[in-house]
Amino acid sequence: MSDPVSEKPERSRAAKWTRRGFIGAGAIAGGALVVGVAVRSGNPVGKLKGIVAQGEGEALVNAWVKIGSDNLVTAIVPHCEMGQGANSTIAQMLADEMDVNWENVRVMDAPADGNYVSQHAVRTFVGPGTLPDRPNQVSFMEPTYDGLFTQIGKLAGAYITGGSSSVRSTGQNGMRIAGAAAREMLVASAAKEWGVPAAEITTQNATVIHAASGRSEPYSAFAAAAAEQDLPRAPRIKTVDEYKLMGTPAPRKDIPSKVDGTAIFGVDAGPEGENLRYAAVKASPVVGGAIASMDASAAKEMRGVLQILNMGDFVAVVADSYWQAQRALNTIKITYTESENDSADTATMFAGFTKALDEAGDSGGNSKADYGDAVGALADAVTKVEAEYKVPFLAHATMEPMNCTAWVRDGKCDIWTGTQVPLMARDGAAEGAGVSADDVTMHSVLLGGGFGRRLTPEYTNQAARLAKATGYPIKMIWSREEDTAQDFYRPADISRFTGGLDENGKVICWNNVHCTEDEPPEAPLVEFYDIANVSVRNAEVEWPVRLGAWRSVAHSQHGFFVESFVDELAAAAGKDPVEFRRELLKNSPRHLAVLNGAAEMAGWGSPLPEGHGRGIALARSFNSIVAEVAEVDMTGETPKVTKVYCCVDAGFAMNPDGLKAQMESGIIYGLTAAMYDEITIKDGAVEQSNFHDYKMMRMDDAPDIAVQIINGAPDNLGGAGEPGLPPAAPAVTNAIFAATGQRIRELPISKHFA
Amino acid sequence: MLSISVNGKPEELDVDPAMPILWAVREQLGLTGTKFGCGIAQCGACTVHLDGQPVRSCSTPISAADGKAITTIEGIAEADGTLSKVQQAWISEQVPQCGYCQSGQIMSATALLKETPNPTDEQIDAAMKGNVCRCGMYGRIRKAIKVAAGSEPSGSQEASA
Ligand code: FES
Ligand code: FES
Repeated sequence: MSDPVSEKPERSRAAKWTRRGFIGAGAIAGGALVVGVAVRSGNPVGKLKGIVAQGEGEALVNAWVKIGSDNLVTAIVPHCEMGQGANSTIAQMLADEMDVNWENVRVMDAPADGNYVSQHAVRTFVGPGTLPDRPNQVSFMEPTYDGLFTQIGKLAGAYITGGSSSVRSTGQNGMRIAGAAAREMLVASAAKEWGVPAAEITTQNATVIHAASGRSEPYSAFAAAAAEQDLPRAPRIKTVDEYKLMGTPAPRKDIPSKVDGTAIFGVDAGPEGENLRYAAVKASPVVGGAIASMDASAAKEMRGVLQILNMGDFVAVVADSYWQAQRALNTIKITYTESENDSADTATMFAGFTKALDEAGDSGGNSKADYGDAVGALADAVTKVEAEYKVPFLAHATMEPMNCTAWVRDGKCDIWTGTQVPLMARDGAAEGAGVSADDVTMHSVLLGGGFGRRLTPEYTNQAARLAKATGYPIKMIWSREEDTAQDFYRPADISRFTGGLDENGKVICWNNVHCTEDEPPEAPLVEFYDIANVSVRNAEVEWPVRLGAWRSVAHSQHGFFVESFVDELAAAAGKDPVEFRRELLKNSPRHLAVLNGAAEMAGWGSPLPEGHGRGIALARSFNSIVAEVAEVDMTGETPKVTKVYCCVDAGFAMNPDGLKAQMESGIIYGLTAAMYDEITIKDGAVEQSNFHDYKMMRMDDAPDIAVQIINGAPDNLGGAGEPGLPPAAPAVTNAIFAATGQRIRELPISKHFA
Repeated sequence: MLSISVNGKPEELDVDPAMPILWAVREQLGLTGTKFGCGIAQCGACTVHLDGQPVRSCSTPISAADGKAITTIEGIAEADGTLSKVQQAWISEQVPQCGYCQSGQIMSATALLKETPNPTDEQIDAAMKGNVCRCGMYGRIRKAIKVAAGSEPSGSQEASA
């Protein structure tokens, strides 16, 4: 057992991980550590043992699951917990396959080590999502295939929590197999020990049972022996009718620590017993700008200030308290070097978008989908509909601002930070600290929101540089203002549509051109709607701002564009929006079921009070299908969303309450943006700064939300964290249209009611 | 030197009297359950009780607490460690997502229920609208307040099963 991990790992303090035990473990690379089960010759169980085992008498069964002498099972989860509860759900999947009762399960984050690259996350992002598996007979040893993905994952600095992929990739393809394999190894050990056929042994509640001889022992009795077993080649995973824990609302493991103040987020973590110093920072508000000069004469004299640093690309004040550091920083007069982006502003950018779209016309730009003849078919249309929609840049505004604690000494660097990409953050820290990646220890902490913001390593790099420059263990915290100014923004976009209807009001063609790059590529596509002639394109534009992945990524724009335009086509056809979509969905039964589910929940068609309206929208993202009906009250000065009915088909809800919570969360996140928010740029800098000018939806404006789940494809899981968002904005603007006849084609909605 | 009772324990603090309570409790006393979200009294993540009243600790100087009692999230369970009714309801309704806002939410809800044991929806709106939850758990927060008040049965989980 190696020393750095003998410390108490439990939630009261951040778990501590080291790479030390992994040095030389490169032999594991190239596909050996597949689906979380240590496979291949040179059984890596031995190499991992010292890292993951924490207490006396514990034996590692495989890389993802640990069984203690107390018969507690620890799921080692390769994703960061940023609120979605996915780690708990993944553990639920593991426990079910292993036949372990929920009370005996613990969850632990995996160390940020290359060997823990979440191949399945990578596969879901990069690959077609197809596993070389057969139903209930998953072969997890496809060295070439998985080796390839491991390599891609390393190049991409993967071990990603994003793309709503935790449950459907790591859970479904990793944890379940790990659990099933662990169970089979325990059974094999017991069979050997007892001298009975494995087939006669059953398992339940973390116990192996041989009914014929009346013997039963807890798993822990065989944990050590099981670790020596060959890993089963193709462990049998359960069919839906055999699920016990999967599909139940098992209480999340991370919640108790989040109600008593003991949960440790990045901003709370750091070296025990060390005298931390605090840093406040300010970088150039314009992309490409650097520090030209600073006048820190007032700051120097302020109480608690230890050091004032011009780091070239940012200014930092280090003090005894964060408040002292930030207060001093606010007095420093900084001038910035010239940047080619100094004159960037949102209006000019939008003008550039318009020009690019004009140039693309009805057939130019990069083709994203092209079937039938969208341009030719328009000539046959009885009714022609055109519309242009516009959405702004958006900030993530995670509740916990960016922060990182770093300590550089003796050629080593310790990092405590909330990140969705620990390996990339580790590399950023290594670069900043001037040490090798192997000498960086990433301490696992909770994330106060991710939403795609914590996919970048720059704040980790910044803190490591400060720790190196000062020699102190440094806790760097961004002010909310810095967090808003230095985000990686959801791209603004303009999207144009031309559609044609025949004499029966059927859509015969759909032609769309927009500006953003589409990530994921299916975001603007409408293949589930029965339209024969479709052209979807994008036009390339300049981006003088930092762009990032924002919850649901390109679906966040296209959900609004596509479902607004479908609604406009319905209106032009003189048809009810639900009825109109039903006709379009005749070849997409799962989509149709979801649409009908939401309409039924909402009592679609039943009368509403004067000045109220209902709107519907449907979106497919991250392999889940979601329809939402919003009700709005337009009798006040500004629109009020009173109700949202949401029907979701995520394949199978592993934890129905968790899936509901994610829908509620995505809806509020989507409505917040739809109702209030835009990031605007003037003279190269972001104009918004804090929650007074970048507004959040609050209790008094939040609608009642009802969620209904359809388990439409138990073997084809969809994501949960993001798919609730895309239909939210168009459901509301469509409801406003239904109530008042006013068609909102530009977000945020508040702009139209100022 | 400031004399302040923090979670029932007397503390002597030698800090800049202008330092906000938030940073004094987090950095000086190591009570990190109280969170920083905005620094300008806009989000409620930093909510603590000062003599039982909810205050935004990011915008209240520690000098305002001299001779008074501060209660933070770490101090609202019973003396024997039993979680408060509000905390228990937060678990039964599975309220937290990321959890970062939840200390502040629980402090605001606790203060509300002390004043108004059986709040209406409007009273919940008024008491809670200063607390942002970026994860959007408003429906669950409302439900948990009613469960803690005893006016509604627990049920987010059964309802979904
Ligand atoms: S941090 Fe105090 S209200 Fe936001
Ligand atoms: S639970 Fe994440 S901000 Fe409220």
